[in-house]
Amino acid sequence: MSELFSSIATYTFLQNAVLAAILASIVCGITGTFVVVKKITFISGGIAHTVLGGVGIAYYFGIPPIIGAFVFAILSAIIIGLVKLKANQHEDTVISALWAMGMAVGVIFMYLTPGYSADLLSYLFGNILMVSSTNLYILAGLNVLIILVVLIFYRQFIAITYDEEQARLRGLPVDFLYILLLCIIALTIVVLIQIVGIILVIALLSLPAAIAGLYTRTLHAMILSAIGLGMVFTLSGIAISFTANIPTGATIIIICGLVYLIAINLTRFIHKKI
Amino acid sequence: MKNNAPEQIITFRDVDFSYNGEPVLENISIEIDRNDFVAILGPNGAGKTTLIKLLLGFLKPSKGTISILGKTPVKARKSIGYVPQYSIFDKDYPINVVDIVKMNTLTSNSLFPSYKNEVTEKAFSLLQKLEIRNLAYRNFHELSGGQKQRVLIARALINEPKILLLDEPTASVDVTMEKDIYDTLKMLNRNTTILLITHDVGFVSSYVNKICCLNRYASMHSVAELTGKSLFDIYSEDSKFLRHHCNL
Repeated sequence: MSELFSSIATYTFLQNAVLAAILASIVCGITGTFVVVKKITFISGGIAHTVLGGVGIAYYFGIPPIIGAFVFAILSAIIIGLVKLKANQHEDTVISALWAMGMAVGVIFMYLTPGYSADLLSYLFGNILMVSSTNLYILAGLNVLIILVVLIFYRQFIAITYDEEQARLRGLPVDFLYILLLCIIALTIVVLIQIVGIILVIALLSLPAAIAGLYTRTLHAMILSAIGLGMVFTLSGIAISFTANIPTGATIIIICGLVYLIAINLTRFIHKKI
Repeated sequence: MKNNAPEQIITFRDVDFSYNGEPVLENISIEIDRNDFVAILGPNGAGKTTLIKLLLGFLKPSKGTISILGKTPVKARKSIGYVPQYSIFDKDYPINVVDIVKMNTLTSNSLFPSYKNEVTEKAFSLLQKLEIRNLAYRNFHELSGGQKQRVLIARALINEPKILLLDEPTASVDVTMEKDIYDTLKMLNRNTTILLITHDVGFVSSYVNKICCLNRYASMHSVAELTGKSLFDIYSEDSKFLRHHCNL
């Protein structure tokens, strides 16, 4: 352990990893809570996987992949939101189609890109140790944006996730708020992909919030709690993976999953809520 | 009251509604006056849910017009306090009673997390009025059916609606609680027009002044006209009587 701390003090890549994990945990707790209470993990999964298309295209044209991820995440959030709002039937089929097509586009463009693209695996499974200082600034910017939007629309987001019908009766712009929430999810996914990658992102987005939901009584308690849990999971994941020399993203997800399984079993015995 | 011409709050004029060509409601013409207390009775599949959606403007009639306070249902939404069935709510959502009540004051200009003090005070005074102030910080899904119903009534009342519309308010609550809820509604009826939808012919006819029997077609009866007796007299025999009149 002491070796880990001295390494953090020495290596910039580890400092970046720790900062990225903290930034990711914050947005993960905020957005993940809305994903869990609105039960839209499948839609979030659709947005996450479509992002690979953007990454592939960005690679091919030599643009920073995070820009491609950003554009595709927002586009797929808007398209999936419109599908959900306008097409009452086959919505899950449409989302699955977008999900797979996004990935297919990504694979084709990566194949067409000359040279060996080692980063494909980092985008699929994450590589927190590759977070550059530039990416860290982008992550910080996205954090500020996400926090600001959620603060501004906090009560309206609660209204549309708790009782959409009543929100419509009140004249709230439900469709706009829903698509805005999906865009927030999209931005969060762009942040989280840096840590755990496209394939594993849904677990990091939903599990800390789901665990927090087991013992909290209000949405803000759930958010704060999920942020704390996210930090514990990502930082301990970095520590364990660094010490044991195993992939960080996968380690974080296994920690999340194990704690979740233990927590849902514990709630059978403990019913106290805070 | 008899001297004044009754003021019509809700008017259905020759309203038809069909879903995929299948008629659900036909030729509905009903009038509801200020401070009426109306029960809309009908068996399952009679079109009760459709009627609610028409009243709230979520559906449009295939034929005919609906006027609420002289406006279209969508424009009149702010004057209606809607109390849905509590079973529609997600029981895992972490939210407490007072926040649910306050939430119903939101508008598109309600930005940032906190509510104004007067909204909180109003929410507490409504909880007081409905005798559930002690539950203010409890989680909604931990409450009993009757308590949940009161929370939803408080939520509807925070906007001071002219009309209260309740969907099966006594579904899955026990008999004592049912009577409690009707007593509460009776108290609110002094200055609010109340419309409740139910398939339960139990106590309701001893509280309401009009009964609308719905089974694709609708017929409106005033309780006095139905029986010729006072409300209390019909208390014991109402159930049979209504079954007969409404072909339930």
